[in-house]
Amino acid sequence: MWKFLLPIFAFIALVVFFALGLKPDRDIRALPSPLIGKTAPVFSLPDVMDPAKSVGNAPLAGQVYVLNVWGTWCIACREEHETLLALAKQNVVPILGLDWKDERDRAQAWLAQLGNPYSAVAFDDKGNVAIDWGVYGAPETYLVDKKGRVLYKHIAPMTAEVWQREFLPRIAAAQKEST
Amino acid sequence: MKYRPLPPVARPFVLARRCLPPTAGASLTVARSVMLATLLLLALPRAHAVDEHGQLENPALQSRYESLTRELRCLVCQNESVADSDAPLAQDLRGQVQRMLVAGKSDEQILQFMTDRYGEFVRYNPPLETKTLFLWGAPFVLLLIGIVTVWRIVCRRAAMPIEDDPPAAT
Repeated sequence: MWKFLLPIFAFIALVVFFALGLKPDRDIRALPSPLIGKTAPVFSLPDVMDPAKSVGNAPLAGQVYVLNVWGTWCIACREEHETLLALAKQNVVPILGLDWKDERDRAQAWLAQLGNPYSAVAFDDKGNVAIDWGVYGAPETYLVDKKGRVLYKHIAPMTAEVWQREFLPRIAAAQKEST
Repeated sequence: MKYRPLPPVARPFVLARRCLPPTAGASLTVARSVMLATLLLLALPRAHAVDEHGQLENPALQSRYESLTRELRCLVCQNESVADSDAPLAQDLRGQVQRMLVAGKSDEQILQFMTDRYGEFVRYNPPLETKTLFLWGAPFVLLLIGIVTVWRIVCRRAAMPIEDDPPAAT
């Protein structure tokens, strides 16, 4: 008798499988970063504003900071820009920018025209630093703690809601830690 | 990613979806020619993306380069390998593989470099470990279930009496 129920069980198993795979809030392109919990790669690149100066994350050691990967070619980065400006105004943590595979004059025009939420912007036109961080699209936003470990990675435009839900609690916890 | 037109291989499918032929007869012809074109395209050897970094001088390195980039998944267009993709990130990753080969890194070191940054997902050929046991084992388990099922059906049929005549309708 139980044998006749087998196809039904198989069907239910399939439904559960598909339901998990088709969850509406699941981004099929989002990949877990293997960098979470590990030490963030240290970099030093030319400043997007002034090629003679350099920008890196070494001076931020001992601080909680955010690294935001963007480019002027990236529509979603334009979308999140207002949010970043608002976050910069709140001044919770420094936001370091990584201008990825971009053109310098365009990036400068973008920042001059739309406002600059970044404490500094590194210019990664070759994309080598982006490879080290495992960047595979823009925008991406990383949260790094005082010990230089990556706490969180957000793959999509930053929103006030994501900041509230994912970043602020982690920042609060990380600020309490000693260096 | 920068907007880029569809790669040439993808175009026939789009045409097939967009073109609405006026009559049924014509639609069949269009459908057939599109299908034929698609089959011909599929029959062609897979074209690699243009190598903007040029070939490696050492043929042994070049062949390792080709097999490595085929084993790496392009993170942007997730159904293409780094070798096949035209995405800017795939170009960068090809350049990275070339540089590491020239620097004398082993295949294993290069794959590890990519896995450290992008996760297991970047590998088309993930290593067999506890996490990937289901991935590697599932086909064999399914095959076994199939064999057992067929075996049992065959045995049961073999035990049945042979009936030469279909049962008479009553």
